[in-house]
Amino acid sequence: MENPILITENLKAYYGNHLVLKDINLEIPRLNITAIMGPSGCGKTTLLRCFNRLHELSPGGRIEGQIWLGDTDILSLDPIMVRRRIGMVFQRPNPFPTMSIYDNVIAGYKLNGMKLSRVEADEIVERALRGAALWDEVKDILHRRGTFLSGGQQQRLCIARALAMNPEVILLDEPTSALDPKATAHIEELLISLKSRVTIIIVTHNIGQAGRIADYTAFLYLGELVEFGPTERLFTAPKDRRTEEYLSGKFG
Amino acid sequence: MKQLSDTLFNAVVRSCAIGTLILVSGLCVTLVIHAMPVFRHSGLSFLFTSTWDPLRQQFGALPFLVGTVITAVLGVLISLPFSLSIAFFLGEYFPSGKLSIFFQSATDLLAGIPSVIYGFWGLFVVAPFMQKIEIRLGIMPYGVGIATASIILAIMIVPYTASIAREIIKLVPSDLKEAAYALGATRWEVVRHVVIPYAHSGILAGILLALGRAIGETMAVTMVIGNRNEFPKSIFDPANTMASVIANEFAEASDDIYLSALIAVALLLFLFTTVMNMFGRFVIKKLTVRQES
Ligand SMILES: Nc1ncnc2c1ncn2[C@@H]1O[C@H](COP(=O)(O)OP(=O)(O)OP(=O)(O)O)[C@@H](O)[C@H]1O
Ligand SMILES: [Mg+2]
Repeated sequence: MENPILITENLKAYYGNHLVLKDINLEIPRLNITAIMGPSGCGKTTLLRCFNRLHELSPGGRIEGQIWLGDTDILSLDPIMVRRRIGMVFQRPNPFPTMSIYDNVIAGYKLNGMKLSRVEADEIVERALRGAALWDEVKDILHRRGTFLSGGQQQRLCIARALAMNPEVILLDEPTSALDPKATAHIEELLISLKSRVTIIIVTHNIGQAGRIADYTAFLYLGELVEFGPTERLFTAPKDRRTEEYLSGKFG
Repeated sequence: MKQLSDTLFNAVVRSCAIGTLILVSGLCVTLVIHAMPVFRHSGLSFLFTSTWDPLRQQFGALPFLVGTVITAVLGVLISLPFSLSIAFFLGEYFPSGKLSIFFQSATDLLAGIPSVIYGFWGLFVVAPFMQKIEIRLGIMPYGVGIATASIILAIMIVPYTASIAREIIKLVPSDLKEAAYALGATRWEVVRHVVIPYAHSGILAGILLALGRAIGETMAVTMVIGNRNEFPKSIFDPANTMASVIANEFAEASDDIYLSALIAVALLLFLFTTVMNMFGRFVIKKLTVRQES
């Protein structure tokens, strides 16, 4: 593959002694949407949380192997630096309830104690909210709490919060599983519009969603990477029997 | 049959609840009735003057009000750094594991010690220590007094604030903390910008409950506060709190008006602690509701 942004080499992840990811070798293509699919409990969330090293915060969480971001192994970096370059959006929308919409967007800067001038902050907030297709809906209520918004709006606020840090990669863990179809469609459109600026990795249970938005799809099964390739090829001509069975709804 | 036992159970529960209510209001009414004579005798000067001379039938309860507020507030202030550290340590940094269990049992143990033992300890350890400090400072070395009482109170209320604050801190949703970590925050930044803003009203409620307890604490305070009925001029002076003056003088209250004056102090104390408790509980309740919704 030409010019991947993230490469995992023999990536193993553990919870205590429990091995959850077994030698994952994966190349994530730059400025594309990559979907990670697989039955419940196969390790999708864990894989995503290895990329920004959140996995190490779980009790007993341990990572082995290498994850290359450009030519550095992110496992040798300070996790804090990694997390500033790789943003994350969670399954349940989780804007900070004690902060306004405005402060939520620049939360990454505030949390890290980075000083922003008023003008800079305004600019970042507008750019991030426009990027997350939320600006028009909230531009008059920027100083109200983010928790008053609808679920879909909250999730886009969380995307704006991640975008504001100008990350190279955004990780999304089933970002639409708590949303209705309309809000889901809105987020899918948004992700497609974003992939020209940022690489997107999305965990999804929804085969239709992967088909609609993902350029590449990885299929995990019991902690193993079974198959990875362009979504269309993977969906129409899966090489592995397990992929085929998953796609035809035999498990998951 | 099932229905009958259900109705019966309901009736028992309800009458117990109502009984408790009646008991509390009865208590309050009794206090009010028996406090009336002194208010008829002294009027509002009972609350606003500071001469307490039962022999001359002068009853100004202001020194006790002030003594109570100062000892309790000082006690809470002294306890805060300790109780909050323990709360954050157990609630956020080490919520499980051997060390956590050890610290938790140690603080819970503190809560179980009878207050008379704290009083003794205060009298034999803290008071002499205070005396040394007072000699250093060149002031009257009473040993006993407001400062000593506040220190004892501080130790006694640490477990209360610590356990309430710990539970509130544990209530902070982990997905909020993870969101902050995912943005590159350090542990301390997460505590400062996510945990504290989320938990601060609950922590405040814990502090109020501790304050309520400090205000009402009787035995230990009576033993180490020096029992002087004058308006305290410094925190090293012996003084009396509302609780300690009642405990100390109840037995010798010979005439009706003296007794009524002490009961009036009790009424004040009752109101003080009730308000403090209700307010604290109200804040905690509002918080838990927000949690569940
Ligand atoms: N905090 C944890 N402690 C211990 N084991 C865990 C923990 N979280 C997940 N696991 C285990 O790790 C494995 C992978 O979990 P993971 O959450 O990555 O699965 P997933 O593919 O995201 O599942 P789902 O589709 O249900 O979200 C599972 O077997 C799970 O039981
Ligand atoms: Mg998952």
